[in-house]
Amino acid sequence: MRLYVLSVYLFLYIPIGIIALFSFNAGRHAAQFTGFSTQWYGKALNNPFVLEALKTSFAVALASALLATICGTLAAIALQGIRGWMRMVYDALIYMAVMVPGIVIGIATLITLVTVFGTLNPLLAAIFGGETPPQLGLGKGSLIAAHGLFTMALVVVIVRARLQGMDRTLLEAAADLGAPPMRSFVQITLPQIAPAVLAGFLLAFTFSFDDFIVAFFVAGSETTLPIYIFSSIRRGVTPEINAIGAMVMAASLVLLIAAQMILRPRKR
Amino acid sequence: MDVQPIAELRAVTKRYGLVTAARGLNLTIRQGEFLSFLGPSGCGKTTALRMLAGFEQATEGEVLIDGRVVNGVPPHLRPVNMVFQQYALFPHMNVARNVGYGLDQRRPRPPAAEIAQEVGRALQMVRLAGFGDRRIWEMSGGQQQRVALARAIVNRPKILLLDEPMAALDKKLRHDMQIELKSLQRELGITFVLVTHDQEEALSMSDRVCIMNQGQIAQIGTPEDLYDRPQSRYVADFVGRSNFIPSRVVGMAGDRVRARGPQGLAFTARTPGPLAAGTEIVLSLRPEDVRIAPLGAPDGHPMRITHRIFLGEHTEYHLSSVAIGHLVAVVPRGADAAAHDLEVGAEVAALWRDGGPLALTKD
Repeated sequence: MRLYVLSVYLFLYIPIGIIALFSFNAGRHAAQFTGFSTQWYGKALNNPFVLEALKTSFAVALASALLATICGTLAAIALQGIRGWMRMVYDALIYMAVMVPGIVIGIATLITLVTVFGTLNPLLAAIFGGETPPQLGLGKGSLIAAHGLFTMALVVVIVRARLQGMDRTLLEAAADLGAPPMRSFVQITLPQIAPAVLAGFLLAFTFSFDDFIVAFFVAGSETTLPIYIFSSIRRGVTPEINAIGAMVMAASLVLLIAAQMILRPRKR
Repeated sequence: MDVQPIAELRAVTKRYGLVTAARGLNLTIRQGEFLSFLGPSGCGKTTALRMLAGFEQATEGEVLIDGRVVNGVPPHLRPVNMVFQQYALFPHMNVARNVGYGLDQRRPRPPAAEIAQEVGRALQMVRLAGFGDRRIWEMSGGQQQRVALARAIVNRPKILLLDEPMAALDKKLRHDMQIELKSLQRELGITFVLVTHDQEEALSMSDRVCIMNQGQIAQIGTPEDLYDRPQSRYVADFVGRSNFIPSRVVGMAGDRVRARGPQGLAFTARTPGPLAAGTEIVLSLRPEDVRIAPLGAPDGHPMRITHRIFLGEHTEYHLSSVAIGHLVAVVPRGADAAAHDLEVGAEVAALWRDGGPLALTKD
């Protein structure tokens, strides 16, 4: 049994380990390890294309995570008030958003956005007129929207769990002591769910930052870091790609561990 | 004893869908009294309390606080405060901020110095002076309970509501807290309304006890009233313990009722009012009203000891005979040495004075 578990983990993590290992390769070919060196990290961090993609990824992840956190937290609170079959429907829809494959979300978002843009752009042209009327198109905006949409489900699930674990009598106590509903929300509910909100934000950020599939469909002319890596690989895997991959992985791991630490129940 | 009411329930019914949690409650709570709702879980006592607090709204009837109908008034606008069963202290605030929370909600907001002073005074009252900077989780269960108490009384509520506040404390601490609560109530002069399933707690602290059964009020009265003059078998059974002997009324003898037990044994019992001959009744006989004497004592009923339980301050005997059935008697320690060391299987005489038993017509 233990051997079985071990082999599963090895199967999962050996490829990742190899990427990290080969990012320290001195040679220029990914296939053979010729010596230890950190030169590829320097190369990657001095590559203007990498930096540009990193900036895009960061901006998109930050904006979409903020959006997802605000909307997701509000949605989670609203869902608390719903009972019965309606709640089951909403729960099912939210879990579905987490489980639906990225490629489906990517294609669906692309089709929706293109359709909406196709309808709105002639309208905008008619309203504003002129030589270059404002036009909607794929880009950072559509990336933020698409990422915000599917990471929002994560935030809802995390914040909901925290809300359900929260002692409801705290709100009763606040009301009993004279706090109107809005004030008890700010003074009692928000501090209680703050760790979940923060963890949800970190997770949303990580998911957006690491996402390739959805971004691939809706990025338009924008290049995020995963898209850059993908297009570079087509020209052959270099240790530079390995270095970028290792850095992205390290950053994601730090964020995920941070989220886990925040969500860990405080000991009493 | 004509004190003005601080709160009233008028024909109050609470339904949750098909379930009726409280039915036709009529109750006047007097200014400055200590009233307890006593009953088993699910009897509607907590529902009654929550309707006073405003967490539940009456389906029918009127709830009045300080002469004003408060149906539909939300909890934050009611002049009452509650001590919750699990205390419900805010874990992200220290003790002082917890206690000051109610004052902080007042508009216009009192000056910080005034709040601090009031908080200090309230903490002193619950003997927690100097604990203001502590975090909630640094406090023991008993201390947390005092914080919850201070947080409520600092607001000088018209009524202090207590929802099983001592359920989470161990027995010794609970006893100390009961005494403390009672003296605090005297000191403050605030009306206390307590919900509990612990009869000892209700009897020891309350001016009046309201016994609830299946959503209805079974009886309201002083602890002595309820113990000595229960109006139903339910109350007699719930307040203290009692032996119950099914009987039938033979006739009246002055203010006493004469009755016959299942095997024709004659009893003379107290009764709240005249009863017609032939009425089915239950005789309630408190275990401490049963005396044990050597076999052959005058007016004694021969019975056999089936169990002997030594309980420290008293010894409990379980007796049995064909004529009476099963009977529990308690003999206080040091009362009668001969009645103390009886053995299981011994034949003895059980005695009680005339009028010891009480005739009850209701379940």
